[in-house]
Amino acid sequence: MARGRLVPRLYRGGAGPITTSSTQSSQTQTSPAILTFDAAERRYGETVAVGGVTCAVEVGSFVALVGSSGSGKSTLLKMVNTLVTPTGGRVLFGGEDVTSLKPSTLRRRVGYVFQGIGLFPHFSVGENIAIGPRLAGEKLSAERVQELLELVELEPEMASRMPDELSGGQRQRVGVARALAGDPELLIMDEPFGALDPITRDALGEKVRELHEKLGLTTIMVTHDMAEALLLADRVLVMSFGQLVADHTPRELLAGAGGEIAQGLVAVPRQQAERLALMERPDPAKGPAA
Amino acid sequence: MSEIWTILLGLGDKFAAHIVLAASAIGLGLLVALPLAVWASRSPTVARIALGIASLVQTIPALALLALFFPILLSLRAVFGEDLPTLGFLPALLALALYALLPILRNAVTAQANLDPGVLEAADGVGMTSWQKLTLVEAPLSAPFVMAGIRTASVWTIGAATLATTIGQPSLGDPIFAGLQTQNWALVVAGCIASAGLALVVDALLGIVENGFARRNRWQYGAGIAAVALGLAGALIYQSGGDDDDTIIIASKQFSEQYILAQLIGSRLEAAGYSVEYRDGLGSAVVHSAVASSSIDISVDYTGTIWTNELERSDNPGREVMYDTIVQWENDNTGVRVLGRLGFENAYAFAMREDRAAQLGVSSLEELVPYGPSLTVGGDPEFFERPEWIAVRDAYGMRFGETRNFSPTFMYNALRSGEADVISAYTSDGRIAADRLVVLDDPRGALPSYDAMLMMSPRIAQDEEIASVLQPLIGAIPVEAMREANFAVDREGEGKLSPKDAAAQLAETIGF
Repeated sequence: MARGRLVPRLYRGGAGPITTSSTQSSQTQTSPAILTFDAAERRYGETVAVGGVTCAVEVGSFVALVGSSGSGKSTLLKMVNTLVTPTGGRVLFGGEDVTSLKPSTLRRRVGYVFQGIGLFPHFSVGENIAIGPRLAGEKLSAERVQELLELVELEPEMASRMPDELSGGQRQRVGVARALAGDPELLIMDEPFGALDPITRDALGEKVRELHEKLGLTTIMVTHDMAEALLLADRVLVMSFGQLVADHTPRELLAGAGGEIAQGLVAVPRQQAERLALMERPDPAKGPAA
Repeated sequence: MSEIWTILLGLGDKFAAHIVLAASAIGLGLLVALPLAVWASRSPTVARIALGIASLVQTIPALALLALFFPILLSLRAVFGEDLPTLGFLPALLALALYALLPILRNAVTAQANLDPGVLEAADGVGMTSWQKLTLVEAPLSAPFVMAGIRTASVWTIGAATLATTIGQPSLGDPIFAGLQTQNWALVVAGCIASAGLALVVDALLGIVENGFARRNRWQYGAGIAAVALGLAGALIYQSGGDDDDTIIIASKQFSEQYILAQLIGSRLEAAGYSVEYRDGLGSAVVHSAVASSSIDISVDYTGTIWTNELERSDNPGREVMYDTIVQWENDNTGVRVLGRLGFENAYAFAMREDRAAQLGVSSLEELVPYGPSLTVGGDPEFFERPEWIAVRDAYGMRFGETRNFSPTFMYNALRSGEADVISAYTSDGRIAADRLVVLDDPRGALPSYDAMLMMSPRIAQDEEIASVLQPLIGAIPVEAMREANFAVDREGEGKLSPKDAAAQLAETIGF
């Protein structure tokens, strides 16, 4: 059943973002940059986690940041909300150096979703969602909390539940709702679906993409899964050893652009898809596949 | 059983004092431990140093820690002035707070270290300042573990607070120490029941609070905290009610004679309309400084003790000169008024069992010298540090094979059972006659005289009314009467009296 669905969706599902990206792609420069990395660098002693990355993210784009473990993609992402401070270069958010902004102010403008989810176990779901505005001295109305829960397809009654009563997928939906509660200008996600089962992961990925469109967000998502990146993003940045090694639309990457490392990452889902497609063909020796 | 019950009902003031002391110590411990734990969670170096010091403190026996604060505070008087109390509440508070530090600190540090890193990252990610992170996330999530540490600290502190008795702070240790010295086991049991019961109740209440934190049930932890607060408030009110400036505080050291004389003096003052409080079981060295600083008002001390410990003299000018010199010295140096001598001596003397003395053929210290290396000597805990022993040792060249310490009461048992061959007895001790012991002569006059004196603190030194109430006691107690009273308290079985009853009997004997 899962096998039967996966193969056609790799192409059909991928068509959406790729089409969108052709009108909004990085090359056309129609939207101003909301975020700019200017030779951004992070060292830990002798170790270079991120070595001089330069690129810009336009308003309204959905950017995937892909690379293997230790490539520096998470570190680069965390420089955006200064959970990691750059040791060299600059990161500009809305034209201002992020290190010059008060961290608490900056982080209220940047919604953050990460693999650990990090719901506060002593707060109810509603309190978790409302924490960002609460820190800013505002009280989020019950209606707004319900609206946010509906956005991530959770029942409004969930607001009074405690996090440990929720499934992993439900918790991450709450995590997304919390990130959206402060009407952020930018949504950054660090392996947001990494700990979820494949079905939940797929559904939540689609949901986030849908919200991105619906709310007109700018989104950056770190993932090690190239298939997820190709299916959801308009633009894929590939990192390796702290360097940006490719910056292309999913369609361009599928057409063979981006160099050796990027193509190595693209090859994995492509080969899996081809093998699955092959298995779906009737086998003369064993008869038709189930 | 009913005797224990009666004693328990009379322990109200000790109970209140115990609660206030233990609660203050835990409160002070918290005040230091919690900020330190927060700091430690931000710096591994601080965590290492703080936990290291707290663990080190924990290895010092509680009794020693309490005792150590006396010289520490005494030396701090150079900074804070002469009004700094060196005995009683302050040193007990400081020592116990130091003792309460470790469990609170260790649990708080561990709780912080074990917080889910994802939750902490989320706290930063949603834009919390470090103060918001502490109050909204770290503190509530650590609360159950910190509470468990406070529970442990409370049980320890309530237990250790019984030792505060030895430095002049009233506590549930008073009946325990008094009972131990006079072999009044009902007193010991009552003290233990009270302090263990208090520990159990507090542990249960704090357990409710801890559980309430863990389940995030506001009602539950609110109720627990309210119950603890209520108990503390009750103790404070009880204590403040019983505490007024006119109360005369009478001290006693840790042996029967002192308990009896304190009761005798107290009953006379009460009969004259004064309210009286007793500080029983103080360490001998502590009593003089307590009376000199007016922490206590009346004590009975001995010429030989003051001569060597306070005047720091080792010569022996004779009984009368010694007394006159002390009266003058106290007047000039401490402001303590020596009202007079009670009429008996409680000197140190070496005593042996009659049969043993006959067997060796000794009747004086001089004759004992050759047998010394084959004998075991027993002394009270301070004796072998005292100048009296050093004087005897040097005057006669006395050497014993083995030296053992006993509490005064057990010393006589040791002699009877043969665990000691010679003991440092006291001349007013009823057991000398009762056990038919031989007191060895001191031909070289190495042991100084020990006339019992009535001492009045500078606070009441000029109060002629009090002086006139106590004046009839001067010269009124012959050594035979004192021995009889002492024996009535020290003996076992039939005819054993409490210090209070013995004091009443003594009053009758000497004609009051």
